[in-house]
Amino acid sequence: MTSLWWAITLTVATCYGWKFAGLSVPEKVLEHRLTVRAAGLIPVGLLGALIAVQVFAGDHRVVFDARAAALVVAVGLLVVRAPFLVVVFGAAGAAALIRLV
Amino acid sequence: MGDAAPADRRIIIDSLGVGIATGVYGVSFGAIATTSGLSVLQACVVSLLVFTGASQFALIGVIAAGGSPFAGALTATLLGSRNMFYGLSIAGRLKTRGWRKAAAAHVVIDESTAMSITRDTDRQARLGFYCTGWSVFVLWNLTTLVGAAAGQSIGDPRTYGLDAAVGAAFLALLWPRLTTWPVRLIALTGAAIALGLVPFAAAGVPIIAGGAIAVLLGMRLQVDA
Repeated sequence: MTSLWWAITLTVATCYGWKFAGLSVPEKVLEHRLTVRAAGLIPVGLLGALIAVQVFAGDHRVVFDARAAALVVAVGLLVVRAPFLVVVFGAAGAAALIRLV
Repeated sequence: MGDAAPADRRIIIDSLGVGIATGVYGVSFGAIATTSGLSVLQACVVSLLVFTGASQFALIGVIAAGGSPFAGALTATLLGSRNMFYGLSIAGRLKTRGWRKAAAAHVVIDESTAMSITRDTDRQARLGFYCTGWSVFVLWNLTTLVGAAAGQSIGDPRTYGLDAAVGAAFLALLWPRLTTWPVRLIALTGAAIALGLVPFAAAGVPIIAGGAIAVLLGMRLQVDA
């Protein structure tokens, strides 16, 4: 198997494992104050980091290109409460347009 | 029982609506997956068996950014941890065991939980959970296939701005959580640390390190996200 298939297998196992554990683990373990707080913070911290790298990382440096402009468009669409797909493909369209001109 | 039928119908209609609205995101996942280097088969396997949107986007996002597949898997795993808490919050209402529990676990996601936990009765909670979960599942997988096939035939994804679409997808997932300033600070901390590490660290590391430090800061400052 290629490393990509191994990574997919690992992701399948861990993501299903979380879901199944939630239906199985006694409440006491998971309702601890610190566990609840960490669970809320993990997506916020990780998505913040993911967005930054996705948009501003070039070849081992920080770059501002069409992706940054597309992010601004995405923010604008989110502010006016556009649906998910409009935000995603609106940002893609903006980046494509900027590269075209 | 006179009121039960209209209420049930309402729950089923609402659930299918959420299922359709969410399920079509699969197009963007499929298209970005194949333009990030996954085969159509791999994209479909991920949607069928991982089946939790943010984790799936994280896996392909890290790989597209040049990170190792295992850094992608680790990021996806961390993001998937919230589903455990969803499972906990609805376990008491589903009351399943055996193979039914194994099947129900697969559709424990943001949407099925949200459409379930607010119901008055356990029966309505189950109706909302299963209708939403499985309608998202069916559509998400069909649209993944469509997006993956399209993504593979369009050539350089940058021409269509698809590399910019991933950041927008993540932002759209994060946006509803950014309701208070402390939470925004945590997200910005993750972003700033990740970018600070980009010049020095192997691809994939900045995401995990930035996310981890942001979470530790949030724990330290006792931020409720």
